[in-house]
Amino acid sequence: MNTRYSFGGDEHVFVEVDEEMSLEAFFKSLSMTTAVKESRIKGVTEICPANASFQIKFDPDQIKPDDLLAELKRLEGAAEKAESSIKTRIIEIPVLYNDPWTRETLMRFRERHQDPNSTDIEYAARICHLDGVDGFVKAHSGAPWFVSMVGFVAGLPFLYQMVDRTRQIEVPKYLRPRTDTPKLTVGHGGCFGCIYSVRGAGGYQMFGITPMPIYDPKQEIKYLKDFMVFFRPGDIVKWKPIDRATYDAAVADVAAGKFAPRVRDVTFSLDEFHKDIDGTNAKLQGVLYGH
Amino acid sequence: MAIKVIAPGLSTTVQDLGRPGYYHLGIPLSGGMDRFALHAANILVGNDEGAAALEAVFMGPELEFTADALVAVAGADLPPKVDGAGQPGWTSFRVKSGQVLSFDFLKAGARAYIAVSGGIDVPMILGSRSTYTLGALGGHEGRKLQAGDQLAVGTSAKPAKEGRSVPAKLRRMPGVPAELRALPGLYWHRITELSGRAFFDDTWKVAPEADRIGYRFKGGKPLEFVPRKQPFGAGSDPSNIVDACYPYGSIQVPGGTEPIVLHRDAVSGGGYFMIGTVISADMDLIGQLQPHAPSRFVKVDMATALRARHDREALLNKVRAALN
Repeated sequence: MNTRYSFGGDEHVFVEVDEEMSLEAFFKSLSMTTAVKESRIKGVTEICPANASFQIKFDPDQIKPDDLLAELKRLEGAAEKAESSIKTRIIEIPVLYNDPWTRETLMRFRERHQDPNSTDIEYAARICHLDGVDGFVKAHSGAPWFVSMVGFVAGLPFLYQMVDRTRQIEVPKYLRPRTDTPKLTVGHGGCFGCIYSVRGAGGYQMFGITPMPIYDPKQEIKYLKDFMVFFRPGDIVKWKPIDRATYDAAVADVAAGKFAPRVRDVTFSLDEFHKDIDGTNAKLQGVLYGH
Repeated sequence: MAIKVIAPGLSTTVQDLGRPGYYHLGIPLSGGMDRFALHAANILVGNDEGAAALEAVFMGPELEFTADALVAVAGADLPPKVDGAGQPGWTSFRVKSGQVLSFDFLKAGARAYIAVSGGIDVPMILGSRSTYTLGALGGHEGRKLQAGDQLAVGTSAKPAKEGRSVPAKLRRMPGVPAELRALPGLYWHRITELSGRAFFDDTWKVAPEADRIGYRFKGGKPLEFVPRKQPFGAGSDPSNIVDACYPYGSIQVPGGTEPIVLHRDAVSGGGYFMIGTVISADMDLIGQLQPHAPSRFVKVDMATALRARHDREALLNKVRAALN
C-alpha cells in the first residue's frame, strides 16, 4: 500500500490509502479516520471514510493546510501499527431477487446496458461464470459483506464481499447511467454492492430489492427514530433471499411499525479472517442466527 | 403564516448556510449556492447572516404576504415587483400585509436570494433549515416550493431600514467568460501533461445539466489518460477509480469528456476520477452561471486560493461595514 495525500481545493485533504480495493486498505483508512477523530485537530469539520481512501474537510482560517497535512502523516504511522480488529454489528437484509420493480426499470433503460437482450442479473451471472440466476443468488447471498463506505446520496451503503478475490462478483456499471432507480434497489458496480437509499439516478447493475428502509428523513420508522441513516462504515451485512409473499409481509410490517431488523453485535478481526475466510464467515452467521 | 405561495417559480427552495457534519453519511452541506448573495440579502433586512431565505433559480416565485415585512433580493438580476411596482435589487424594501411580491424576467445571473426580515421559519433538521431535495430533507417538506404552500416567518431580531443598498462595486458576480480558479490535484496524475494544459486553455460552456448537485461543462477537448492497468475494484473505464469521497467543488470528468463541478448538494462519493477542485472563494460564482455561459478554469496554487478566500471575506466585510 502506498498512501498518497492531495489537497481538494483550500478546504479538503484527500488521502488515498491504496489505488486498489482490499480489506487491508479499508481497515487502514478506518483506523486513520478514527485517529483523526480522536486527536480532535482544530479546524477539522468533517471526516469521511471511504473504501480505500478518506477525506478531511477543514477550515483553513483555523489550521494551515500544510500543518494539517503534517498532522495526518504523523497519524498514519500510528494507524499502521493499529490492531485490525473492530467491534461492529451484523445485520440481516432480506432481498427479493429478480423483482418486478427493478425489472421494469432495467427494461426502460436497456439501450444504456452492455447486453440489451438479457436482464442485469442474467448478464451478471453469465460474465461471472455462475449457474444462471439461481447460481448468482447463491454466490451473492452466500457470504457476508462489509460496509466499506456510506455516501453518494443520503445513507447509501457501499458493500464489499467478504470472500477471496477470485470469488468476488465484479461487473461493469451501465454504459450510461440511468436517470431512475427504484428506492431500496440492491445494486452492484465494479466490486461493490450497494442499496439505493432513495429513488434516483444510478449506474450500478440492479439485482433485487429489499423491503427494509435504510433512510428515513421523517424518522417515523421505529429503528430510524434515533438517527435517520441506518448504516455506518464497518457494519457487516448478510443478504437473505426471500420470496414475494415474504417481501409483501415485510412491507406491510414496515408500514405497521412492526418490522424489526435482525441485528447482533460482533467482533471482527482481519487477521482471523485471512487465516480462515469461510470459518470466520460461518462464525459471524452463527452470531446472527444464534447457533 | 406570513407568506402564501401563489406561483413557485421554476425551482425555489429554502436555504441557509448549510448543514455541516453529515457528509460522511452522504448528507451534503446544502445551503445557498451563492453564499455571498445570501449573506448580503440577510444583512440588508437585518437578519442573522445565516437566516433561511428563498433561493429562486432563473425565474422568481409569486408570493402573497400576510404580514408586513422588510425584503431584499440579492444575487441574480431578477427584478422584484411589489403589487406590480418595480423595486431595485440588492436593496431593502417594504412589503405590506396583503401585497404580492413577484418578479420580472431574469436579466443576468442564475439565482436570486429573497431574504425576509425574521427569516423563513421552517423546522431545523440536523441543525439547518436548508432543503436537500434528493434526500427529501429539510426546507419546506424536503422539496421545492409548490403553489398553495404557506411559509412562516420568524420574528425580526433588529429592525432594519428600507432603501438600504449594497454599493454596486461590492456586488460580486461572474464575468464573461466566467473565470473559475481551480487547484489541480486529487487524480490529476491520471491525465497527460498536454491534456492538463488544454483543460485550462479551453473555453467551456455550461451544459443544460446544471443544478445544486453539480454543474456540467462541455465544449473543451476530451482528456487523454496516462495508460495504466485499472486497479482492482475500480471498473474498466480509464476514468474509473475505486469509489472515493468527492470534495465540494471537485471537478470529475466521467469518460474524460465533460467536466462536472460538484456543488452544495454534492453526491458525497463515487467512482469517477477528479482532476482538481474549484477554490472555495469561487463556488459562489458557479451558482450564478446560466446554461451556455462561457467559462474558463484558471490554474492556481494553494497560496493564491487562500488569498482569494481572504479577499472574498474582506469584500463581505465591506458590505457589513457599508450597511451596519
